[in-house]
Amino acid sequence: MAEILISDPTLRDGNHAVNHRLEPEQIRRYAAAANAARVPIVEVGHGNGLGASSLQVGESRCSDREMLRIAREQLTDVKLGAFGIPGFATMRRDLDVALEEGADVFRVGAHCTEADLTERHITYLCEVGKPVYGVLMMCHMCSVERLVEEARKMASYGASGAIVMDSAGALLMDDVRARVCALVEGTDLTIGYHGHENVSLGVANSIAAVEEGARILDGTARGFGAGAGNTQLEVLVAVLQRLGHETGIDLYKLLEAADLAERELVQTIPTTDSVTIVSGLAGVFSGYSKHVRRIAAEFGVDPRDVFFKLGEREVIAGQEDVILEVAAALRDGVEIEVQVELDVRIQEGVA
Amino acid sequence: MDQASVAVAGAPARADVGDVRREGRPRPRLVRSGAAGGRLRVAIIGTGNIGTDLLLKVQRSELLECALFVGRNLGSTGMRKAIELGVPVSDLSIDAIADAPEELDLVFDATSALDARRHWEVLSALGIPVIDLTPAKLGKLCIPALNLADCAHEPNLCMITCGGQAAVPLASCVIRTHAHVDYVEIVSTSASRSVGPATRINIDEYLATTEAAVRRFCAVPRAKTILIVNPSSPPITMQNTVFAKTDDVDLPALCEAVEEMVARVQRYVPGYRLVMPPLYENGRIAMTVQISGAGDYLPSYAGNLDIITCAAVAAAEERARALQGESAPEAVRSHG
Repeated sequence: MAEILISDPTLRDGNHAVNHRLEPEQIRRYAAAANAARVPIVEVGHGNGLGASSLQVGESRCSDREMLRIAREQLTDVKLGAFGIPGFATMRRDLDVALEEGADVFRVGAHCTEADLTERHITYLCEVGKPVYGVLMMCHMCSVERLVEEARKMASYGASGAIVMDSAGALLMDDVRARVCALVEGTDLTIGYHGHENVSLGVANSIAAVEEGARILDGTARGFGAGAGNTQLEVLVAVLQRLGHETGIDLYKLLEAADLAERELVQTIPTTDSVTIVSGLAGVFSGYSKHVRRIAAEFGVDPRDVFFKLGEREVIAGQEDVILEVAAALRDGVEIEVQVELDVRIQEGVA
Repeated sequence: MDQASVAVAGAPARADVGDVRREGRPRPRLVRSGAAGGRLRVAIIGTGNIGTDLLLKVQRSELLECALFVGRNLGSTGMRKAIELGVPVSDLSIDAIADAPEELDLVFDATSALDARRHWEVLSALGIPVIDLTPAKLGKLCIPALNLADCAHEPNLCMITCGGQAAVPLASCVIRTHAHVDYVEIVSTSASRSVGPATRINIDEYLATTEAAVRRFCAVPRAKTILIVNPSSPPITMQNTVFAKTDDVDLPALCEAVEEMVARVQRYVPGYRLVMPPLYENGRIAMTVQISGAGDYLPSYAGNLDIITCAAVAAAEERARALQGESAPEAVRSHG
């Protein structure tokens, strides 16, 4: 049986579910409860990580610095985690804030094919002596071989592990097995898996990942997270315990932390509804869910159509502006195809 | 073309850098090359996506002549393209330019922010003006649609970033039509294939320089830039969204200003077009432009190359026109 490192992004991914409006007191109370349960890593921040508070994905209620500071005060026995995506997070403006506020463990993320965007950020954090994990997001969008190639790049920058994120909740169990197995065999990295619940496979996929050699798992209290929510942490830990894996977590206290989250953080318990199932099928980032629902209602279009159109455009995390364009086109009954003709004209005109 | 003498890799040094500096060469330099037919003789340093796309645009200019295309690897795709076109090349990078400074009137730097800083130390000492396409932010910020006329005589012009070139003109429309704008945000999305290694390594400088341009041209207290690199196949066309927060939104005035601005940018970037006119949603103004490239080096999806290379060419042509105006007698003599 294996030792599994649990990382809990309730106070980071959960922010997606409340438009990034987690309050200081909510962060304080959940961090204290997670600390009491000895959850090894508690990640805090805007849903899209450091430096991501924006009109594009939503403005945070609290600054990165404030969120980290509040959590740090409570996390006396466990580690404080910070997550950053280059393109949103910069070293000077954002990673330095997390370093100053005492984050112990860092994750630097990129879309699953774009690991080289993380080179300087991973190197920078390694140079200051912090453990760094690379995160490959939306990992249903590339081949297994490509995923291994990208994880190797992160290893070469100094990452000590790679976390595979099923950011759209689109992977089925065999998809997870294939990816984790290839990464375990093809790299020297500790491999982690981060699941979403769009098709209710969060825990099952996580266990499949462990069977293939993953040793880091993510989950959030009550699945608090974007769209249909994340792998439900307290269920995951209970199942791991039942299977005889070691997490070091006090299950009773974790259940209490999850109850607290339900009472004090979660507005609506995440669930797989018609829209989130379509979102998973379309392979669109779960963080789009609230934006799509709001904009679809405002433009008078079907959110499911919006998701399928977004899926056709292969949008990745961070392209939320496209929702407006797609919804406007659906409302006006126009196809966004004009472009091809125009390109031909430009090429001819210039040549 | 008779620039064979400039061309070869490893050509002997023509002038000692120290001597040139002592001569106190005038800056900006004058057009006096008969060989270039009165055109501004330019060198391009950097043979990646941006450098190569720029080369193809310079080749079409009636005011510019690419006298030297330099990088570090004669086998690179961009270098092979230049050789195929008969453009003088060198793999000695900045040294090739330092070896023949009197052959050049202007250098385009299309390397990385770090290299551009190092190059500028050499080129400023030689008195050669630079148009910088990296986000190093060494000189005056230039967006042709906004301040071209003020840029003709700058020793170093910073062309900001592709996202800055695409979005800041639109952001400036929000500022011109609204009294109180607290915050402007730019989201640029480019196709993975068109985002080369230097841009990736420079991602933090990219964001910082774009934000500096928003503050410079829009005078807003807060600005933010987000850069997204999308790998989908077929590749997505470069896209930029401008968001702004303001009270008392005046969409009709904004739409009119934006329409006029789009037409102004189209004069030097033909593939610049509004795909989502200004709208107001959830407390924010939003509008989106796409840039289709001319398909010079990469296919048309790579509008992120065109938006900055076209801007750089526009800035160089402005300089050429200004110099021709000022130095007409000498230019005429050189023709004779």
